[in-house]
Amino acid sequence: MRWPWQQLREAGIVGMNARNGHYIARYNERRLYPLVDDKLQTKRLAVEAGISVPELYGTLYTEHDVRALEGLLAPHPNFVIKPAHGAGGEGIVVVRGRQGQDYLRASGAPITLGALSHHVSNILSGMFSLGGLPDQAMIEYCVDFDPVFAPITHHGVPDIRTLVFRGVPVCAMVRLPTRESDGKANLHQGAVGAGIDLHSGRTVGGVHHNYPVSHHPDTGAVLADFPIPHWPRLLELAARCYELAPLGYLGVDVVLDRRYGPLVLELNARPGLSIQLANGRGIGPVLQRVAALPQIPEDPLDRIRITVPDFDAARAAAEAPGAQVDAELAREFYF
Amino acid sequence: MRLPAVAWLAAALCIVAAAMIYAKVAWVGLPLKPDATSAVWTVEARASFYAQGNVKARLALPSNPPGFEVLDEDFVVRDFGLAEELDGGQRYALLSARRVAGPQALYYRLSVNPDDTPGSAREAFPGYPKVPDYPELFQPAIDTLLKDVRGRSADIASFARQLILRLNTSSDPAVQLLRDEATTPEARARQVVDILAGARIPARVVHGLELRHGVLEGRLKPWLEVHNEQQWLAFNPETGDMGRPENFLVWQVRPGRLLTVENGESADLRFSVRRAEPRAVDLARQLDSPLAKLSLLGLPLHVQNVYTVLLMVPFGALLVVLLRNVVGIRTFGTFMPVLIALAFRETELLWGCVLFTGVVAVGLALRFWLEHLKLLLVPRLAAVLVLVILLMLLLSIASHRMGFERGLSVALFPMVILAMTIERMSIVWEEHGPQDAIVQGLGSLAVAATAFIVMSQPLLQHVVSLFPEVLLILLAATLLLGRYTGYRLSEYWRFRSVWMGKG
Repeated sequence: MRWPWQQLREAGIVGMNARNGHYIARYNERRLYPLVDDKLQTKRLAVEAGISVPELYGTLYTEHDVRALEGLLAPHPNFVIKPAHGAGGEGIVVVRGRQGQDYLRASGAPITLGALSHHVSNILSGMFSLGGLPDQAMIEYCVDFDPVFAPITHHGVPDIRTLVFRGVPVCAMVRLPTRESDGKANLHQGAVGAGIDLHSGRTVGGVHHNYPVSHHPDTGAVLADFPIPHWPRLLELAARCYELAPLGYLGVDVVLDRRYGPLVLELNARPGLSIQLANGRGIGPVLQRVAALPQIPEDPLDRIRITVPDFDAARAAAEAPGAQVDAELAREFYF
Repeated sequence: MRLPAVAWLAAALCIVAAAMIYAKVAWVGLPLKPDATSAVWTVEARASFYAQGNVKARLALPSNPPGFEVLDEDFVVRDFGLAEELDGGQRYALLSARRVAGPQALYYRLSVNPDDTPGSAREAFPGYPKVPDYPELFQPAIDTLLKDVRGRSADIASFARQLILRLNTSSDPAVQLLRDEATTPEARARQVVDILAGARIPARVVHGLELRHGVLEGRLKPWLEVHNEQQWLAFNPETGDMGRPENFLVWQVRPGRLLTVENGESADLRFSVRRAEPRAVDLARQLDSPLAKLSLLGLPLHVQNVYTVLLMVPFGALLVVLLRNVVGIRTFGTFMPVLIALAFRETELLWGCVLFTGVVAVGLALRFWLEHLKLLLVPRLAAVLVLVILLMLLLSIASHRMGFERGLSVALFPMVILAMTIERMSIVWEEHGPQDAIVQGLGSLAVAATAFIVMSQPLLQHVVSLFPEVLLILLAATLLLGRYTGYRLSEYWRFRSVWMGKG
């Protein structure tokens, strides 16, 4: 009989205290937090670094600006309103289209301009920001998500979370909204997480409410062995975010847009631990291996090669002429 | 293996604390465990007033309180001259000073030891009282009452007892009229004295202090005494039961004000009570040893009582650290449960939990209703705060009406903390669903209840008030826990799929 903690340690599971004490406290400098906690700043830095992000339509800073909301929204049928300092996906409103005077939320429910304005006021007063400090409201491009994930998702936008340690992608999962999570890609709210094999870019089963699942609870589709399109580009994007915000322990959230491909949605300085369950293995060993490296290469591609030795082959395959057709085929297959 | 710096620091703290405790126990003789059998009560009366000009203050003092042996008494009166006077069995301290202005605080401190040997000395007989002229309205009722009681009693003691009983329980409308005349316990007692005088039985209302450890703002309680030509017999003016309450220190035996101040305004008198070790009290009296000065004993009594509470807070904090970082319970706010636990000291555990749950539940309902008004954050928080205070007031009024005094202590809840808890709970409720909100709410309550239980351990209270350096050990434990990077208990559940079914 082996004790649970021995088994967890052997599985390489990193607990909350270890994450905070060994990784976040040691590798994430506090002065860098504002770079990722303030999504406006993240976006500005990303644009400067040439990392693709959803376009910013406008920012509301004060209660007075809220009056300009209607004019600001007029040219955009689809948009997202989010707090610049939000955490855990709170305070995000997704609008897809209009119905008469009203706007239509992603769920299909109409929302009036008054309700939107009130929501913006709540954001500005700091209702969703860490510590309740006054905040800004961002209005940005609403990702027209690649339908590739349609069979394994229920409404909402799935996103791909990559854990980047010292600039090296160490672990990844795709977070799939469910009926229960109400279109949100947040595992705490009931979304499904499916781990991704870093080499092949294919999913490896999933987790729902901290328990392994093999099928999506709403669509019933098999979660494993699903190829993530643009995988090498996605890895590269995640690795390059380390230059943007040199936080040693960083979560990079990427969405796949139908037109623009992978877009970095946000960075997270305190990424959660469920990614281990989604992948069915702990991140302890790979974190220790990367932590033991005396030096980290400056080139993002070299960093990827630390955990994905055959990255060049994978990239060549992905960029080869027939690759996109393969992806199309895979999509057909899943539909 | 090299130990991290924090381990050395923790070890050093523990060694320092252990050395200090050892020195205090071995050389000064402070007891490690509370002595349950013998206790010394220290009572402090703090008279405060605002002086203008030549001030004369007169403070009633206890003399030979029955059931107690006076060990020691002293005054801290600074520039005031002190004289004592005896007036009809009541002792007074006369304090005077010329040309003083501003707020003044005078202290009187008394140490007593419970002494069960009954006083054998015959107590001076005050003489038979004159039959008073009762108001016409009450005369017939009193006459029948006295006649009734006389027929049913054998001696003065049973007479007094029967009178109180009939006065308090009789359904005769005339007696009810009398009863409605006196509403406070004080007036009740005076009424009994008055009626007893009709039978020419000498009686008096005395005022005394119920000694309870840690009392900060004690008030005197009226009690009834009847003289049977030998000695004064005590009666409960409400029930007629003979005897005094437990640990009842008779302070004032003559009617009149406890404290009178000439040329002083807003005179106020407060009592603090502490139970102490006999040896600790000896020590406090000497206070020569510099080691002994490093305890609470040298401070004024009411400050000692405040620190007894404050020194327990670190235990609550350590518990929160344990429950959050080692067990993994989720709570609203880091130290909110400790503050709630402090409030439980007054409400007691069960009622504390009921009141807390009640206020938060109703507050939450009101908060959801406020949501429709679409208020901005800070005004909404302020509105919730106002509602919480109104709610507490309503609870207090309702419980007082129902004669349920525990409910009054809801006023001691930290209302700002309650308002913030309600706000955060409602946000979690909306964002993560009711389940998360209720789990975190119950988590907070469980942590608060546990913190209360830990913080009210008499042994811990005793140890920390005599040996405050125990907090260094606590600090060391907190530092070590700060470096604990093992799994939390809740993570065994979270990651159960990894280890369950493989064992």
